[in-house]
Amino acid sequence: MLVAGKFLLVVALLVAVYGAGASLYGAIKGNRGLIESGRRAVYGLAACLVAAFAILESAFLRSDFHSFLVATHSSTTTPDFYKATAIWSSQEGSLLLWAMLLSVWSSLVLYLTRNKVREIAPYATAVLCGFAIFFVGLLVFFAGPFKGLSPVPVEGSGLNPLLRHPGMMVHPPMLYSGYTLFTIPFAFAVGALVTKRLNADWIRSTRPFTLAAWGFLGVGILLGARWSYTELGWGGYWAWDPVENASLMPWLTGTAFLHSVMIQEKRGMLKVWNASLVLATGILAILGTFLVRSGILQSIHAFGASTLGTPFLVLIGILIAGSAALVIWRAADLRSDSRLDSFLSRESIFLLNNFVLVTMCVVIFWFTFWPLISELFGAKRSVGPPTFNSFIGPLAIFLVLLTGLGPALAWRRATRANLRRQLTIPALVAAVTLVTLIATGVRDAKADLLFVFAAFSAAVLVQEYVRGVHARRAMTRETVPVALVSLVRRNRRRYGGYLVHLGVITLFVGVAASSAFQHADDVQMRVGQTTPVGGYDITYVKPTSGVVAATNGRLERIDLGAVLEVRKRGRLVDTITTKRSYFPTDDPTLGPVSRFFEGEATSEVGLRAGGLRDIWTVVSPSLSALKPAIAQGDKVFTGPAQLDAKQQGAFLAAALQALATTYARNPPPAEFRLIVSPLVTWIWLGAILVFAGGLIAIWPGPRSAQRMVSAGYAARLARELRRA
Amino acid sequence: MSVVVVLVVLALVVWLVMAPLSRTHLQRTADAEWSAREDLEALKEAKYREIRDAELDHRTGKLSEEDWRSVDRSLRAEAMELLRRLDAFAE
Repeated sequence: MLVAGKFLLVVALLVAVYGAGASLYGAIKGNRGLIESGRRAVYGLAACLVAAFAILESAFLRSDFHSFLVATHSSTTTPDFYKATAIWSSQEGSLLLWAMLLSVWSSLVLYLTRNKVREIAPYATAVLCGFAIFFVGLLVFFAGPFKGLSPVPVEGSGLNPLLRHPGMMVHPPMLYSGYTLFTIPFAFAVGALVTKRLNADWIRSTRPFTLAAWGFLGVGILLGARWSYTELGWGGYWAWDPVENASLMPWLTGTAFLHSVMIQEKRGMLKVWNASLVLATGILAILGTFLVRSGILQSIHAFGASTLGTPFLVLIGILIAGSAALVIWRAADLRSDSRLDSFLSRESIFLLNNFVLVTMCVVIFWFTFWPLISELFGAKRSVGPPTFNSFIGPLAIFLVLLTGLGPALAWRRATRANLRRQLTIPALVAAVTLVTLIATGVRDAKADLLFVFAAFSAAVLVQEYVRGVHARRAMTRETVPVALVSLVRRNRRRYGGYLVHLGVITLFVGVAASSAFQHADDVQMRVGQTTPVGGYDITYVKPTSGVVAATNGRLERIDLGAVLEVRKRGRLVDTITTKRSYFPTDDPTLGPVSRFFEGEATSEVGLRAGGLRDIWTVVSPSLSALKPAIAQGDKVFTGPAQLDAKQQGAFLAAALQALATTYARNPPPAEFRLIVSPLVTWIWLGAILVFAGGLIAIWPGPRSAQRMVSAGYAARLARELRRA
Repeated sequence: MSVVVVLVVLALVVWLVMAPLSRTHLQRTADAEWSAREDLEALKEAKYREIRDAELDHRTGKLSEEDWRSVDRSLRAEAMELLRRLDAFAE
């Protein structure tokens, strides 16, 4: 099967080269047969890569250790659920996933636009094939996923325990879908620039894919944050890690593009800006992939050192130079068709929003690459979260204000009287929020300002829904729920967008509250001891321990944990458990018992999540008391006694069980991190609202309704035309 | 099994890529016209959306009667111009 996989990759590379060549030559010569053949080559590419991916996936599910990748990233003790996902825990497997998703999304967009954007599509096909040539080329020449292994080991190294989290099943495919989908508007923008078809058509055709890219990348980012919060054991959800930042940057510019492109659609303005923004977003998506794979910057999310850095740098160089050259070449054709009517309009708020989002991206880019930039001028320096927060915080506060101001203003122009009508209630809500914050003694200038702006913006958005429903009912006399559904259904972009804004506000409130008003303590406790944190008393009630075997009977891990009771003013609030799991390493220099304690360890967080606050705990058991017994065990199992593998396994299991029991009977003091954070749940709730809104906005409107509305307008306009 | 998978995929790829090659006629002019028409259709849709948005803005109190009438008039004029250009294509 490995040979078949290799063969399919070579075929995929040849098909991608053919697809690029046929599309380009066909476009230049105006040969529709060649163009069609080039487009279908992308379908063929997808078939090859899906088949190759299926072959590798099958090897993982069967624990086929003939494959180097399976032997080094999975094991027979890895649960089936995680065997299926282990494929993208490796550099090579995740590259194959990237290439496969690129080919599948490219096929989908080219199929859906097969009768649209005819002049642009061949060039877009060539660009998409160009990306495929690069990634499949890496798989063929640099990072082959179908490498064999001889001799074949009886057991694999296993999946990195940190990746054994349900979020990891979905996080990488979501992130890669986001990245690969952002190459689609990039490719069509290149096609539009080459063919000088710079009007609204290519935007209309690729808009669903831009929105989907934005949604997938956003979901991926949030799942990563959730994984960090519940798995990494430090208590946070965002650390301004280079790889986290790399995924956020294209999301920010993508968000800016989704707003500014509306101005181009409606007014024919900002063509240079939009072309630059969409090209930059595509390049940032590749940059994010480069950061994960090159090992150039330290990150817990990266694949470590690799030889892929140079090819990626060459690709990024070509993309930047090519994009800049294209925009300059077509500058004359990218002139705006009209001008801003008034600074008091939705367009001007969108411009401000673009300024804030792009500034955020520039700040994040600068500080992420600061270790490399600083190295050019002397010592290598890096910046931590406080530096990021000091710049991004104020920009985020301003952004929250804009999420409300934008929807409050009309397109083209707003008058003072209209503004007064739109902003009176939200301003009152903001004032009441401010007074409440002052009265309740909530004191943090930045957080308070954000809460006030959030209240203002949320009030604007709720008012928008209320007035929309009111207007609809005045016309149709529908009931409130029916009117709400009809309103949203007929104006999906607008009201889906408003829901996204509500989600963003909720998310930012959660981030501000959990950052500014978090109580955290690192303590050592014996059984029976209590620590007060953030108004709660947390007691270490008893230790827990266990040896866990996989379904095939092999030992998977040892768990050492703690049961904690949480009380508020003496009343029991909850009993929560946390544990640390120790997974064996295959390091031959360690003894058979030591291997279980010197390998990877993961923390299972004890979490009581609530609407108002989370109580987050993690234990770090002390192993010092077990060290003599571990050393003794190593001696016994490496001694002269002649045991076969089965006997050795049984004795080892008994010894580890005895160690676990010893820990539970005589528990040494354990280290705990205890955190009480307000409104963390609002972050996840906000994210759900954002993506629900995105889904509403992307969902195609009912075709019949569209036709009826269009026909109605056309008839009316035609009548007026006859009169003119 | 692996040989079968490879052969099936290979056959599929060859069929996909070869099938359209019999159509070798040139369509550059037709494509240019098609694209220009599509551009106009996209502009028309965007204009209709703008007319509907302005109407909704008016109904929800963001645009006064006077402003809306002025905006609506100019938007409709722009839409009619687009319809004229589309009609010219049809002729």
